[in-house]
Amino acid sequence: MNFLRTLKSFLLLDMLQGFGITLRQLFAKKYTLLYPFEATPISPRFRGEHALRRYPNGEERCIACKLCEAVCPAQAITIEAEPRPDGSRRTTRYDIDMVKCIYCGLCEEACPVDAIVEGPNMEFAAEDRKSLLYTKTKLLENGDKLEPTLAERLKRDAPYR
Amino acid sequence: MLNQYFAAVFTPDNLWWLGLTLAAILALAIPVLIGMAMLTWFERKVLGYMHLRYGPMYVGPFGLLQPFADAIKLMFKEPFLPERANMLMFMLAPLMVFIPALLAWAVIPLGPDPFFNKNMVIADINLGVLYLLAVSSLGVYGILLAGWSSNSKYPFLGAVRSGAQMVSYEVSLGLIVLSVIVLAGSMNLTKIVQAQTDMWFIIPAFPAFVMFLISILAETNRHPFDLPEAEAELVAGYNTEYSSMPFALFFLGEYIAMITMSAFTALLFLGGWLPPLNIWPLTAIPGIFWFGIKVLAILFFMIWVRGTLPRYRYDQLMRLGWKIFLPLSLTWLILTATVVKIWGNLA
Repeated sequence: MNFLRTLKSFLLLDMLQGFGITLRQLFAKKYTLLYPFEATPISPRFRGEHALRRYPNGEERCIACKLCEAVCPAQAITIEAEPRPDGSRRTTRYDIDMVKCIYCGLCEEACPVDAIVEGPNMEFAAEDRKSLLYTKTKLLENGDKLEPTLAERLKRDAPYR
Repeated sequence: MLNQYFAAVFTPDNLWWLGLTLAAILALAIPVLIGMAMLTWFERKVLGYMHLRYGPMYVGPFGLLQPFADAIKLMFKEPFLPERANMLMFMLAPLMVFIPALLAWAVIPLGPDPFFNKNMVIADINLGVLYLLAVSSLGVYGILLAGWSSNSKYPFLGAVRSGAQMVSYEVSLGLIVLSVIVLAGSMNLTKIVQAQTDMWFIIPAFPAFVMFLISILAETNRHPFDLPEAEAELVAGYNTEYSSMPFALFFLGEYIAMITMSAFTALLFLGGWLPPLNIWPLTAIPGIFWFGIKVLAILFFMIWVRGTLPRYRYDQLMRLGWKIFLPLSLTWLILTATVVKIWGNLA
């Protein structure tokens, strides 16, 4: 037994086996994802850049209930509201400080009308702090731009809520 | 004395010969340096592929210009000098690693050139093997000096390890080379290759070939014997205090030593520039091509080992060197010498 073990180690059999493994890996398919050119699939629950949605008739969904502002653990949301001439309650100011935001998704959970959502976009890095202080205009713009995707994501996630 | 020497050498009759030698040196040194740069690229690419990554791929086609980008980056870094280092020795050490590595190429024959069929070698000396061994082990002085002059604990420990390792494996390396010399009946590298025309020495001396391959890994401080620069224990080993170009020179020296040792293996065991079979379509291809293929194959093996094996422990390394390789290579030398004495050598 001991002789066989010595013979085995002198013939370097274990090492040859190891060399075989690395040689096979040399020709195997690579795992590397070339990020800016390739992307990973994104879950419908992915919490990225925020957006404010509208109803199909163009009316904004947000009713200024301020639940998102209250639930926000980072206190990144600031809302001011006034009744509009037609009597409906709407926001005059809806700011999110994207630097403070921790992307927990609680605003999305709290919203009773699915107005504030976190979209699939994660590439919104900026060179200055100022351009990360999102205003209502910017958020509504995001919503208009991504509406079909946002609706699709909500629909896909709905059965699990 | 020195004046007389130069007066004797730089005569008008000698100028043509001197110019030719200088041209030959440049024609060899520049491809070796470029080959070394490409070797770093090749290593990173092969290692990457073995790790299921792509390796460098953005600088130039297939990342081929990566080594040059790295060189430019290193050149623009600040050469940091430790306050308590011995300045002269500290700056001299990288050169003492780099220059011997290049010097070894003087005796390496590259085979007959395709135009005049003359042997391409700068100095076809009869003690070529001895010269190669002597010069390639000079690099250890640079490493020891680097470790000592840095005046810091990690480089010092790395240098001590490196010195012990190189000296240990030099012994078995020398004995294996001696057995090949006995087999070929000459110390001239060209004659050793010519003795392999009928049969490469890898066939009759296969165990020696395996031991030689493992010994050159230790000799060039490569994985799995790269203890002098074991990151986990010694930060970076003997080059911890170095930066910028001096730092790069250590790696230039290491990679050129890799190529030199691969060329040495190809000459001793794989028949240098000889084609695998001595038949027409293979003999028509210039010898330099076969030589390059063989050197590349051994370099690939060295990188392959790096991708496969973990680092040895220091006592394991010493045990392997002194208690296994030394008796084995000594036995092999005695065996070869006996066989050659009875039946004559292969030349």
